[in-house]
Amino acid sequence: MTALRRLFFFIVSLFLALPLIVVAGVSVNQRQSLTFPPQGFSLAWYGQIFTNPEWRNALIASLTLAALSALLALLIALPLAWFLWRRIAPWANIFQLLGIAPFTLPPVITALGMLTFWATTGFYGQPWTAVISHGIFFVTLPLVTLSLGFSAIDRSLVEAAATMGADDKMVFRTVVLPLILPYLISGYAFAFVLSLNEYIVAYMTVGFTMETLPIKIFNALRYGYTPTMASVTMLFLVVAAVVFGLVARFGDLPKLLGAMSEDK
Amino acid sequence: MRREPPQRLVDYGPLVFPAGMLTVFFVVPFATMIAVSFFQRQQGGFYTPAFVFDNYARFLSLFFGKVLGFSLFLAIAVAVACVVVGIPFTYLLSRSKRNVQIVWLVALLSILSLSEVMIGFAWSTLFSRTAGITNLLVWLGLMEQALALTPSFTAVMTAMTYQAFPYTILVLYPALVRLDPTLTEAARTLGASPVKAFFTVVVPVLRNTILATLIMVFIFALGSYLLPQLLGRPQHWTLSVLITDQAIYQSNMPFAAAMAVFLVLVSLALVGLAFYAGRQKEAK
Amino acid sequence: MSGLNLEHVTKQFGTFTAVNDVSLSVPDGTFVCLLGPSGCGKTTLMRMIAGLDLPTGGAIRLGGADITQVPTHKRDLGMVFQSLALFPHLTVGENIAYSLRIRGVAKDVQKARVDELLAMIHLPGFADRSVNKLSGGQRQRVAIARALAISPKLFLLDEPLSALDAKLREAMQVELRQLQQRLGITTIVVTHDQREAMTMADTVVVMNKGEIRQAAAPVDIYRRPADSFVADFIGQTNLLPVEADSAGRARVLGQAVEGLMLSAGATKGVLSVRPEDVQLTAPGNGAISGIVTFIRDLGGAIETFVEAGGQQIIAVSSPRSRPEVSVGQQVGIRLDPMTSVVLAK
Repeated sequence: MTALRRLFFFIVSLFLALPLIVVAGVSVNQRQSLTFPPQGFSLAWYGQIFTNPEWRNALIASLTLAALSALLALLIALPLAWFLWRRIAPWANIFQLLGIAPFTLPPVITALGMLTFWATTGFYGQPWTAVISHGIFFVTLPLVTLSLGFSAIDRSLVEAAATMGADDKMVFRTVVLPLILPYLISGYAFAFVLSLNEYIVAYMTVGFTMETLPIKIFNALRYGYTPTMASVTMLFLVVAAVVFGLVARFGDLPKLLGAMSEDK
Repeated sequence: MRREPPQRLVDYGPLVFPAGMLTVFFVVPFATMIAVSFFQRQQGGFYTPAFVFDNYARFLSLFFGKVLGFSLFLAIAVAVACVVVGIPFTYLLSRSKRNVQIVWLVALLSILSLSEVMIGFAWSTLFSRTAGITNLLVWLGLMEQALALTPSFTAVMTAMTYQAFPYTILVLYPALVRLDPTLTEAARTLGASPVKAFFTVVVPVLRNTILATLIMVFIFALGSYLLPQLLGRPQHWTLSVLITDQAIYQSNMPFAAAMAVFLVLVSLALVGLAFYAGRQKEAK
Repeated sequence: MSGLNLEHVTKQFGTFTAVNDVSLSVPDGTFVCLLGPSGCGKTTLMRMIAGLDLPTGGAIRLGGADITQVPTHKRDLGMVFQSLALFPHLTVGENIAYSLRIRGVAKDVQKARVDELLAMIHLPGFADRSVNKLSGGQRQRVAIARALAISPKLFLLDEPLSALDAKLREAMQVELRQLQQRLGITTIVVTHDQREAMTMADTVVVMNKGEIRQAAAPVDIYRRPADSFVADFIGQTNLLPVEADSAGRARVLGQAVEGLMLSAGATKGVLSVRPEDVQLTAPGNGAISGIVTFIRDLGGAIETFVEAGGQQIIAVSSPRSRPEVSVGQQVGIRLDPMTSVVLAK
């Protein structure tokens, strides 16, 4: 059984790793050609991301977009999740549903909705429209982590704070916020990483005026191959792994992903 | 703390910003899209308010029938492939040590968040003539000459399965972690082998989870847009590709909107159908 | 009017009445236990005193002031929760200082008070420890110290000892009672453990189905239960049907019991006899006759089960006065009118 299990795990990891190994290989190729195994070794294509102005601008655009839109998603999700936890208001669940819908439907639908909206209102192509579009698109992630975080708070803690003289605001500041902080951070992390990698919504809203890295790669792919694509892919993979690794290090990742806390 | 209904107007305060944002930037755009789907298209990329069904009438062609049929087929194939491999995998993962689980979860999340563009690029590299997997087979002496495996249906299907697989596992994970381990232990004491216990206890117990996961992965795969473009031929294009194509390159917003509305309806209808089927089964 | 006064307090959740028309007066400095089976309304009643739930009828007065609608955080209470509700993100010291911090008390005053309270609960030097690293008993003490930090007018405890093991619970009961007597603070404890209530309380309030069945000193509750529910709930008892014969004498299981009277005009009732008050004798001679069905030697006491007239009667005797009986033997039972209580049916 163990051998069978090992083999199964090995095949799955091979399937998942193979394309990435090849990309890692071509990213350190010395020459600007798509060959594997790599010929020579060079980190020049990683340098390209930061030195080539086109790639650098795309990187900056992506990071800015991800940082701001994740923040917006958090600002929308936090009061909503708090309200749903604190109050009995069944009709307010409609907003929870609205928050989860964009992420659940095929993304092209949200993308097209945003495109028609920004085109109709005349703001089409403005960089900030991408921030709002991504903020709405990814609101699901902090909303889910925060709902989870709130449901994990023992309500008697809040009652205890009240018996000791804390009003609603003070309870939020001294008890709720410190307890919800890990979920706040992981919600932001999830939204940030996914925004960094998102293509279609960004493309449909600001694709012609601003290049994020995924848009840049796609555009570059049409005109042929450059190893910088590979180095950017690796960079993004590492960023994602580091961020999720940190979430796992400082938070309870299995619990965040829906497992109960008491399993070993 | 007992949850209580809002008493005063101030109590609704926290709702103002989220509700406003979601209404203005999700409900309104969605409604705009629905409205535009009924608009009249003008030559040159503009459209005028109207109430016509022309955009929907265009679906009734053989061409769109084929595209829709292919999109659904592809999404179902991907969903089935992912779930069939994903269930035993997630089951074994959920029974692994906590540290092993965490490493896998981090890896799966990292791949899941990887841009579709990058996944497409990675697979096109792996399937390429110069840097691809066929070089390995040549080296092993299994093939005469390296060749490109794209564009092809297999390439599209493989890459989409790759993209949807981490998602499948993360959807299955909570249910499988919570599955009572004594269930399989009981089956083992009653004489079932581990494999037999898996198929006679775990799979039947999780029937509804499996159905729900199939639907989730199906919708996820339905949204794939770049992979058919990057790795397939035009006949492998899905509805998502066509929508973008119409909206951006053909500048036919009303038609794109109509297709998007149609895609929403198809997704919702299939979800509803699957749920209904699940409940019928349950009732038996 | 001082102390805590509940006046016709009622709480309804939808159509369910959790607390029904409860009136109770708690003088300053007394220790009251709300006792009853789960779902009897005792916790709801305490939550209303704390302001965590609002009554749907009646009034709550504290020191003469009507606090029925005053929000919890303005009531100046101390409360210990069943789960203890220690803040996991704060240290022991920060937990205890919480109510002082909320009131804007100066840092050094907070620190002095924390040290004082830690000394009181025999945990000096624990201020910087994490609450997650304490033992059950230590967590218990911290929760108590935290509730007492502002020297509240009212000290409320909701099943405070239920998480502790039996030995520790007993020790904490004594400690809690001694602490309360030293501080002279008005204290209300919710519990379902009658032994706990008997140990600590000045007044035990027995509740059932949202109503107070009896409120009295522990000994009175035990010796003079107001009804068969209280008699049965507090300790062990034998409930036997009793009826008056034509001469007005009380008859139990066919035997007249000298000196036992039913209330005027009543012909039927229930007799409550504590097992330790049941005397086993030789059969005949006016005794109720029965057959021994089971004997249980608990070390500290011996319980003899006797079946008489279709009723099971339990007699408890100390090992020193061990009755010379065995299973299957016919025995006589005598009831002492002084220790038997006739209850209305």
